[in-house]
Amino acid sequence: MSFSIKKEGEVVVVDVEGQLIVGNRQELKQKVLDELEKGEKRFLIDFSQTGYIDSSGLGVLVSLSKKIREQGGELRLANLNDDLKTLFELTKLDTLFQIADTRERALSSF
Amino acid sequence: MRTLDVEIPSDIGQIERVVDLVQRECAEMAYAPRQVSLNVPVALSEAISNAILRGNGEDPEKQVRIRARVDASELVVEVEDEGEGFDLTECTSNDPTRPENLENEQGRGLFLMQRLMDRVERTRRPEGGGNIVRMTLRRAS
Repeated sequence: MSFSIKKEGEVVVVDVEGQLIVGNRQELKQKVLDELEKGEKRFLIDFSQTGYIDSSGLGVLVSLSKKIREQGGELRLANLNDDLKTLFELTKLDTLFQIADTRERALSSF
Repeated sequence: MRTLDVEIPSDIGQIERVVDLVQRECAEMAYAPRQVSLNVPVALSEAISNAILRGNGEDPEKQVRIRARVDASELVVEVEDEGEGFDLTECTSNDPTRPENLENEQGRGLFLMQRLMDRVERTRRPEGGGNIVRMTLRRAS
């Protein structure tokens, strides 16, 4: 499990490879917060290579969303597979996040 | 029927390995892909995480034991810690899907276990000093 970060235009894109769970959530949080501190405002987290997410992983996404918004930025999510969509629907977090079907759609929506 | 009995230290870095073992057993028994890739890993990850963080308080001296029994009809998995315990009812009394709770960082763990498993029960260890969370999932194919 790992996270890779790159810039696509004005957007910081984070790929979550493997699981997003209690054991690695802090790493994701810190990486995004570091970018936010550098002044980045637009963030996209891409889940195309993600296995499963637990409640701690969901909690980190909620926390990051709040922190980014407080700094006048935006966080969007993309490429949730059917399992992840179900998870977001169960927890109603699909109503909290802007979720795009593809990375391209998410990038063009900023 | 397949069984699994694993003991791990109170280290959250160990969770993924155990979850993977149980997922494999369910896949071998031809459980539905959705159960193998969503229900089992998320609910089990929550249960082990609760045992390590809430049950054992991440005390490196304390262990978490995971016992799974998988057959053609159901998965029964027990996660046992050595802690003081937590009240399932209390933990789930605050519905995380209510609009006022949506932005809370915590409070979804037991909710997810109960939504993703057919049954979640908590008992005390017969010898005392610990909790057992037992989750049951009926096999779908």
